[in-house]
Amino acid sequence: MKLKKGIPLIDQGNRFGFWGGKFGGNFVPETLKKPIEDLEILFNKLKKDKKFIAERDRYFKNWIGTPTRFIKLENLTQHIGGAQIWSKVVSDANGGAHKIYNATVHCLLAKRSGKKIICGDTGAGYAGKMLSMAAKKFGLKCKIFMGAKDIERQQPNVKAIKKNGAEVIPVYSGSQTLVDAVSECMRFWVANCDTTAMCVGSTVGPAVFVRICGWSTSQISRELKVQLIEEFGSIPKKLKLYNCVGGGSSSFGFWNEFMDYDKKQCEFIGVEAGGPAKSKRHAAPLTYGSKIGILHGAAQYVNQNSEGQIEETESISAGLDYPGISPLHCFLKDTKRARYTAASDEEALNAYRLVTRYEKLRPSLEPSHAFSVAIKEAKKMSKNTIVVVNSCGDAYKDKKILVKRLGKKYV
Amino acid sequence: MSNSIDLAFQKAKKENRPALLTYTVAGDSSKNQSLIILNAISKYADILELGVPHNTPVADGSQIQTSAYRAIKNGIKMEDIFWIVKKYNKNKNSKPIILMGYYNMIFQYGERKFLEKCKKVGVSGLIVVDLPWPENKSFTKKCKKKSIYLIQLLSPTTSKERLNKIIKDSHAMNYFISMLSTTGGKLKVSSRKIMSNYLKIKKINPKKNVVIGFGITEKSIESLKKADGLVVGSAICKEISVSIQKRQNPVTNVANLVKKLKNKIL
Repeated sequence: MKLKKGIPLIDQGNRFGFWGGKFGGNFVPETLKKPIEDLEILFNKLKKDKKFIAERDRYFKNWIGTPTRFIKLENLTQHIGGAQIWSKVVSDANGGAHKIYNATVHCLLAKRSGKKIICGDTGAGYAGKMLSMAAKKFGLKCKIFMGAKDIERQQPNVKAIKKNGAEVIPVYSGSQTLVDAVSECMRFWVANCDTTAMCVGSTVGPAVFVRICGWSTSQISRELKVQLIEEFGSIPKKLKLYNCVGGGSSSFGFWNEFMDYDKKQCEFIGVEAGGPAKSKRHAAPLTYGSKIGILHGAAQYVNQNSEGQIEETESISAGLDYPGISPLHCFLKDTKRARYTAASDEEALNAYRLVTRYEKLRPSLEPSHAFSVAIKEAKKMSKNTIVVVNSCGDAYKDKKILVKRLGKKYV
Repeated sequence: MSNSIDLAFQKAKKENRPALLTYTVAGDSSKNQSLIILNAISKYADILELGVPHNTPVADGSQIQTSAYRAIKNGIKMEDIFWIVKKYNKNKNSKPIILMGYYNMIFQYGERKFLEKCKKVGVSGLIVVDLPWPENKSFTKKCKKKSIYLIQLLSPTTSKERLNKIIKDSHAMNYFISMLSTTGGKLKVSSRKIMSNYLKIKKINPKKNVVIGFGITEKSIESLKKADGLVVGSAICKEISVSIQKRQNPVTNVANLVKKLKNKIL
């Protein structure tokens, strides 16, 4: 299994949509074959279309607000006393997280295909919030599927979704989290694919959804590359890019433009959700060696029992609370281009505490996982090493959890 | 290859009626009870689909989901499902069994081992909801070697060109999904429209049996009886759920329902 140079990773799958011959694919009911094929044709055409790209860039610039900041965390760097710690503040983007890129592109595609309704899943509520924002912007009706447990713990985003005029459909099956929301959303699409477009909220699902999402979030690394060169004159000799990984959309977008660099120069570190310290129900299939299985239309490493039933996960961060992982990350793991590890709930909370104490930055619980590992590792690194952490979401949505776990002064 | 499924269709044709196919979830609500249900409905049904419960089903509506979660909660395992089929086939009145489920269950068991086991316990056919054509080509061949039918699903969204190709590669039975829906949805298109789509499919290869499923209930079954076979699933799963809720015996209630369904198509 090998990565190819000079070809975008999203286009390195075979004709059946498998990366490395075994990750991804299209394990979907017959009914979805046609709408997926239609979407593939449309996307393959438009991603080469200069006018479409210009349209995308216009919305990214004027509506999402690009570029998001790239800042040095001076105080934190000084406190840690190792590598230079920087952050790409993707939470600057309109809506407060990277999910806006994928949502915008899906709405643009839906418009082109003449669909009037768009449905989507959400865990932390960001994917849903952004899709509802974009749907409103582009005049589409919007339905958001969300696990009942997530609705309870991510209220600020739920309110935002409703405020944007979208319908929130609570999902009560299974663990009542993201995994069930995605299943229910796919079921809705099966029954309504003639009138409705579907947006999968991360780089998961049938191959075309993995590709569209990866193509959209790659905006993050496009900006970062320019910002690094502006700051350092060239891409630093020792660059470490830390990102949390749930489904894997922000991390893939954060790394994509650096894919062809040698990993000695530009290392990718993905941080999965380890769950509560003593729990075995982690959401870290890459770190803890889960087996390959099929979830939501794609072959991937996934937490499952010996029978093939998908296992429930447990994490403080709803956005990472997913038993599977993008086929792109499975491929990056097996080709050893990226390194994956996990942080526990407690470690993420500690990192949040540390970052907010030293910096004017409030990473949500998801990127706090990445900060945890970055801080731990940065201590042992030389001063000329550049550590960049993608702060891909804002902690506003986590208010309730933070008050409960850390007390009011941290919110 | 010849298969007991063919005989079931022949028998129904001789009686000038469509074959009646039922769907129940293995292990709903327990291993033993699902076996007793199969035995009880054998008198009326021609082919029995047995669902392999999975906890992330992307094509099943709420009734079948409820049944599947109930079965999983009660601890049903792949080996139990094979046990049910094996026991059931000892029944003198037994009908062909089709296992229906999602690919991950087969993938984890191992394709080869799974098919050997199916052969051993007497499974006649398989429906793998999320392994469509052409991805299922190699699995289709493996099934054929064991004389097990892999039943292809055809949908209202399947293009003409694709229909031709799928049917060409298919075994002697195919399954037409009546409408855009998950299982158990309300029938949102007219029976006439469904039958006209069905006939288009039938014309491609009249020798292959085509059954219609999704949304078929006591109310709608009669209007579709010109088909080779009709599948009722969610309505039966619902009957089990309702019986449990009312503290009634699911076995008698389901048997009565299947009897009624049969009478409608005679």
